Amino acid sequence: MAIEVRIPTILRTYTDGAKQVEGTGSTLGEVFADLETRHTGLSARLIDGGALRRFVNVYLNDEDVRFLSSLDTPVKDGDTVTVLPAVAGG
Amino acid sequence: MLSISTRLYEQIVAHARKDHPDEACGVLAGPEGSDRPERFIPMENAERSPTFYRFDAKEQLRVWREMDDNGEEPIVIYHSHTATEAYPSRTDISYASEPNAHYVLVSTRDEDTTEFRSYRILDGVVEEEPVAVME
Repeated sequence: MAIEVRIPTILRTYTDGAKQVEGTGSTLGEVFADLETRHTGLSARLIDGGALRRFVNVYLNDEDVRFLSSLDTPVKDGDTVTVLPAVAGG
Repeated sequence: MLSISTRLYEQIVAHARKDHPDEACGVLAGPEGSDRPERFIPMENAERSPTFYRFDAKEQLRVWREMDDNGEEPIVIYHSHTATEAYPSRTDISYASEPNAHYVLVSTRDEDTTEFRSYRILDGVVEEEPVAVME
């Protein structure tokens, strides 16, 4: 199963500059684990202590995965995952 | 250096004044790689707070997709400080995540004059840059 994952500018150092990469898995967490095997270091920028990092937004198609099941969200062939850094501050 | 048109400059200031005393935030989009801000995109401050701002995640996805489709990127990311100077706070620095963007800070603490300053923020390092406003 191939899931397309769109990578933001700041994380493209882990993907040799690629804007999007493909991963496999049946949940979002599995897709990220699969990407890590080819793009070492990417996972640590997305996940901390088994949970999504607070300042990273991850969307499955159009939905914020925080309103789905976060890393346990089921994914299927043809889905698109978009990663965006949260824009925030004080 | 940040080069910005008078119109975009005034739109940012007007947005910051309108949302005062809450922080206002938004983006100026421009052609990818051009370093030229062209399109004003005021964003919702999901925090509605005088001390914090955060783009609404859903709105951000829509706007970022739209930029992608247009071959644009965020050239400027702006927000206001409503009680302190226009200098990045510690939170601003830790969250800064667009390496190519100019981070514009506007302060509305003074009723009559608006401070407008621009920075590059990369890996926790803040560098202020001159702002050139032109017709």
